[in-house]
Amino acid sequence: MSVTRDKMGRPIVVVTGMGVVTSLGAGKTDNWTKLTAGESGIRTITRFPIDGLKTTMAGTVDFVPVEPFSSTVLGEKLADLATEEAIAQAGIGAKGDFPGPLFLAVAPVELEWLPRQELARATGANTAIDYDALLRVSGGGQFTQYHRRFLFGSVADHLAETFGTKGSPISLSTACASGASAIQLGVEAIRRGESDAALCVATDGSVNAEALIRFSLLSALSTQNDAPQTASKPFAKNRDGFVMAEGAGALVLESFEAATARGAKILGVIAGCGELADNFHRTRSSPDGKPIIGCINKTLDDAGISVEQIDYINAHGTGTPENDKMEYLGISSVFGERAAKVPVSSNKSMVGHTLSAAGAVEAIFSLLTLEHQRIPPTINYEIADPSIPLDVVPNTARDAKVTTVMSNSFGFGGQNASLILTREPV
Amino acid sequence: MADTNAKPVEAWITGIGLATSLAEGLDEHWDALQQRRVNVDTTTFAPYVVHPLAPLSFDKQIPKKGDQRQMEAWQRIGTYAAGLALDSAGLKGNTDILKRMDMIVAAGGGERDLSVDAAVLNAPPEALNERLMNDLRPTLFLAQLSNLLAGNIAIVHGVTGSSRTFMGEEEAGVDALRIALARIAGGTSDIALVGAAQNGERKDLLMLYEFGDFNLKDDYAPVFARGPKGGFALGSGSAFLVIESKAHAEARGAKPLARLTSVVADMSRRRSAGDVTASLEKLWTKLGPLHDGSAIITGATGAEPVTAEEAAFLRAHADHPVRATATAFGHVMEAQFPLGVALAALSLSRRALFAANDPSGLEIETTKAPDQIVVIGAGHWRGEGMALVEAVA
Repeated sequence: MSVTRDKMGRPIVVVTGMGVVTSLGAGKTDNWTKLTAGESGIRTITRFPIDGLKTTMAGTVDFVPVEPFSSTVLGEKLADLATEEAIAQAGIGAKGDFPGPLFLAVAPVELEWLPRQELARATGANTAIDYDALLRVSGGGQFTQYHRRFLFGSVADHLAETFGTKGSPISLSTACASGASAIQLGVEAIRRGESDAALCVATDGSVNAEALIRFSLLSALSTQNDAPQTASKPFAKNRDGFVMAEGAGALVLESFEAATARGAKILGVIAGCGELADNFHRTRSSPDGKPIIGCINKTLDDAGISVEQIDYINAHGTGTPENDKMEYLGISSVFGERAAKVPVSSNKSMVGHTLSAAGAVEAIFSLLTLEHQRIPPTINYEIADPSIPLDVVPNTARDAKVTTVMSNSFGFGGQNASLILTREPV
Repeated sequence: MADTNAKPVEAWITGIGLATSLAEGLDEHWDALQQRRVNVDTTTFAPYVVHPLAPLSFDKQIPKKGDQRQMEAWQRIGTYAAGLALDSAGLKGNTDILKRMDMIVAAGGGERDLSVDAAVLNAPPEALNERLMNDLRPTLFLAQLSNLLAGNIAIVHGVTGSSRTFMGEEEAGVDALRIALARIAGGTSDIALVGAAQNGERKDLLMLYEFGDFNLKDDYAPVFARGPKGGFALGSGSAFLVIESKAHAEARGAKPLARLTSVVADMSRRRSAGDVTASLEKLWTKLGPLHDGSAIITGATGAEPVTAEEAAFLRAHADHPVRATATAFGHVMEAQFPLGVALAALSLSRRALFAANDPSGLEIETTKAPDQIVVIGAGHWRGEGMALVEAVA
């Protein structure tokens, strides 16, 4: 009998299905081809007027039509696409009958401007429209669909019904670490023996005017609008912010034992998960890097492996001056001299920052790196930052022997989460 | 299914923080409940009925004004109650424990700046970008983000072991407790802070529920006496709990208020009449062994048809004394279930069930000291949850 438990005696958790959608395209094949060719999915926004905005580009997913546009609807559609691909690959359960719980990373849901403006029109007034006026026309069944649509649980509700996941679905937000947290919750459920399988999905369709402006007001976004494809410059000296993007990632997790028993193809192993909160500031990391260092160390401990075994880091690498500096501090503190030798690249240079989806999208790209033994590059790396002496796999993909990947995710609100993924059980 | 090797670790509730429309603090809540007090406002948001927050001195738990300014009301209420829970558990300022304490918050978010929204709506649609660029406050975004209640608790109180935020209305509160308990029971977490908060005095929130005609209008009535149309009255308030393994509590000399024995949840499709009743019956069988005299604390919202379905379940278990929280507290949404568990733990620690307050006859007075309380949290639209909270002998 093969070993089905890890060093700590817990069930080994494997990936048997993956699906991904980004601004580069739909599906693993298309994404991987473009990612390793160093293509950018960032373009000038055409979805809404951009006049007066400081940032006018994003990694929008324009090939999935949503009319009239709604970020929540787009996020749901992207999640559908990614989940269909993941479940089809895993060949698990029956159609509409997934044998495990759902963990969904999703952007916080809010009523959007188009419905708000629709309500304003329904008041019949042109001036002095306030919430009292909106409230007077809200009830009576005319806008019932907006209650269903703009509940926080609405996307999970839809996915649970469509794919037949079991139990109470969990929608979660740990900001830009959400995708990694969804995977962590799935891993934990399987390790506890609550289920043999879990569906972990992360999605974000947030490129609308207000969301863009909110990030813009925090000075978080790149304003290098003239050449959108080169705007996202993780780790480069001339980086000036992240580029908002959309996408979704879905993973079918199973216990190694259950996956082997049903003859499923194993795509990789989630060997370790770790998290640690930072209480220094609402949007900035503690200057000493301790929370990031602690997060990485907890993840290594959880996987039961040492830094020497990590041979590629899939960075959070947003391209903000602050993140990349702090991520380097974290990596260099934990990895010591090895920090200069381990390849570290950022998918966000090409797909942009998919926010709530990023942790899952990048976990999938990490698993594809293991499968293809090829590391996707950090593009737009023309001017090295001497204060970040990392091998960022500049501009061109690289063949390499990769057995173990660390993927980092950090977010506003002091969120830090990391994953360790391997080709084989460790 | 993989086998679990070890016996589940026993989890104790060692801290409760309550800040609601009734009061702040445990003694004050107990007194208010025993006096059948209800703090309800039928005029400020008329025709909508809300339960406004009792006056709080935020400085007591959030000493820095700068921190208070970075938060909207729901975050201030929650950060305040989280501080009360840490005080109650004797953990305030205990950096060694706080820095490895796990946190799960059930959150809504999206608190709007109503005047900015109104200004946008009164301007031509093509001015949207300009108005938002000029009018939105950068700090408002952070006050709207769901995970920033947890973020603020970390900043103000130093809870930094881990930080997870669940969303999804009432069931987020159930799942927050379910996952925290599963981690402690499985030995992967020693201590956790779990809870939620709502500012119910919000027109943008009233609007979301008005789309579905869920708001209670015009006149207040106790939750089981709202007629066939029903409705919920949004309440402001927050409940946080400190839950820890028995061994961890004993090692630091902390006394249990109660044991959190089990938390179970499901999501029925609610396609046919009776689906919710059936879902609750199923969850009831999964709680673990129940005595005949166990009490029930329900967060029944008042919304229909779910409240009638839950009442049918309660009538089928009429030998268990019932208390409904929405009569006094209104519907606190994500905080509904944490509030129910908090009141269960409070009751068990006082060896009494608080006074009945229900003209419909579902709640019956009892002088028997409960040693088990089942907490029910059925969502107004989706999801059903239950917990078993027990006295520690």
